[in-house]
Amino acid sequence: MNYSAIIDGSEASLKNFLRTLPGVDQVGAESRAAMLATRSIKNATKSYAIDLAISMVDLTTLEGADTPGKVRALCSKAMRPDPTDPTVPHVGAICVYNDMVSVARQHLDLIGGHDIPVAAVTTAFPSGRASMPVKIQDTQDAITAGATEIDMVIDRGAFLSGQYGQVFEEIKIIKEVCGEKAHLKVILETGELVTYDNVRKASYLAMLAGADFIKTSTGKVSPAATPPVVLVMLEAVRDFYSMTNVKIGVKAAGGIRTTKDAIKQLVLVNETAGPDWLNPGLFRIGASALLNDLLMQRMKMRDGRYASPNYVTID
Amino acid sequence: MSNRIDVRKTYKLFINGQFPRSESGRVYEIKSGKDFVANPSQASRKDMRDAVTAARAAQPGWANATAYNRGQILYRIAEMLEGRTSQFVEEISLLEKVTSIQAKAQVKQSIDQWVWYAGWADKIATAFGSTNPVAGPYYNFTIPEPMGVVGILAPEKPSLLGLVNCLAPVLVSGNTAVLVASQSAPLTAITFAEVLATSDLPAGVCNILTGIKDEIAPWMASHMDINAMDISGAAKKTQPALREAGADNLKRIFSFSDKAKTQRMTSFLEAKTIWHTIGI
Repeated sequence: MNYSAIIDGSEASLKNFLRTLPGVDQVGAESRAAMLATRSIKNATKSYAIDLAISMVDLTTLEGADTPGKVRALCSKAMRPDPTDPTVPHVGAICVYNDMVSVARQHLDLIGGHDIPVAAVTTAFPSGRASMPVKIQDTQDAITAGATEIDMVIDRGAFLSGQYGQVFEEIKIIKEVCGEKAHLKVILETGELVTYDNVRKASYLAMLAGADFIKTSTGKVSPAATPPVVLVMLEAVRDFYSMTNVKIGVKAAGGIRTTKDAIKQLVLVNETAGPDWLNPGLFRIGASALLNDLLMQRMKMRDGRYASPNYVTID
Repeated sequence: MSNRIDVRKTYKLFINGQFPRSESGRVYEIKSGKDFVANPSQASRKDMRDAVTAARAAQPGWANATAYNRGQILYRIAEMLEGRTSQFVEEISLLEKVTSIQAKAQVKQSIDQWVWYAGWADKIATAFGSTNPVAGPYYNFTIPEPMGVVGILAPEKPSLLGLVNCLAPVLVSGNTAVLVASQSAPLTAITFAEVLATSDLPAGVCNILTGIKDEIAPWMASHMDINAMDISGAAKKTQPALREAGADNLKRIFSFSDKAKTQRMTSFLEAKTIWHTIGI
């Protein structure tokens, strides 16, 4: 089925389509997510899951206090998360602000991390409150500096007031700016969308407008990537695939700090979207503190004793 | 006549200011002679891990509290201990095969010992720190600082006095503790945890586990995030293996005689030396 047959981009057609989406059973979604989180996992599976999660991490630093030095250190960590153990896979990507993209790209190329993409947050991240020309320029700058993944935020104000056409149009324009050069991830900021119904609607809106990935949150708003929210988004991605044969990725970002949280997310992916999504091309975890916990768990699996944060880098 | 059914107590662990059962659900039996006494929790490796995580999280806050404040909190614990005297006497005489007079003497001595250590809180820096004469235009100070998280294996007997002797010197300088209680007489440790919970000690500063000592001790010794251990309560024959397991992660491991007092405090201190320029 081709969505362009239903959606001509007009406000009315979007509204009509989004209205046909079934509502999310809140209690059902929460209990299913909670139920999947209770799975017990064997050691071999856990080892596999830890390495998989490391390879899915978008190692992120989005602070006002970021410096080129900090970004370079983060890039080195992305390349070799555990300097003492070369068997640890490199992370999925580096995620930084616009102006740090060139620093990150240059350093990654310098240390041999050519295949680690740099993602930039754009369109007036995290609020998205800027005029369209500014958002376009923001994105353009990041791509020129070498970003191959763009994390854009949607205009939540417009979405919540029902101006779906405007949100749709913005995503579409940014997608055109990205063209073939960059992958587009659309941040829904689920913590501000209030209901699961809205999460589902926003997911479809982003996918219809051309997103390659839908991402839960900026990491600046709490709650962020809660299991039920990720579940709703994964269902949207799965249903979208069954109707269009297009696989859209999901990025869970914000609030995932422990290995346990990460493995819960992987279980959700496997049980909802399916094993096809269990790769860094279709599922990512946006995080900063998580990587250290994954490394500590990995050390524990390797050495048979509990690890200490003193043996991983502070970032 | 009374048809009342006793409300029996569930003996639990003390981790991060809370009283959870063992995550494994295990308990073990303790007896007085042939009589059943209680089924305390048998802590698992994960309980130990959770306790260490809690102790690690609580450590900076406890170390950064002023020495005066730490002293006041420890003194408050002594106040709470005093009020529980009769309960301690009952538990000690039940499990340690001593008369209630002897048990009472142990409790009194424990409280006095605790107060003695509490008094040290604001004196440690003066007594064990120093200003060092150096050949240069500098002031040079050495300041004692806590080591971090300390694992304690409390002695089997006397259960309360042994626990106090191990725990107080560790806490007073700003360390946090994970304590494995006397295996044969853990009731006093559990009551002690109730004392801690009702005093002003921040959650996680002291965590108390009950269970099989020989099972938990090697996990503690090899844990990379425990900085030091007091293994006074471990059987002599198991001590070399514990020291070996702890060597790999540079853990400082001590075993003390009952007489050691200030040494019990200073062993869990690290010296920080600061060079400071004199005037300009």
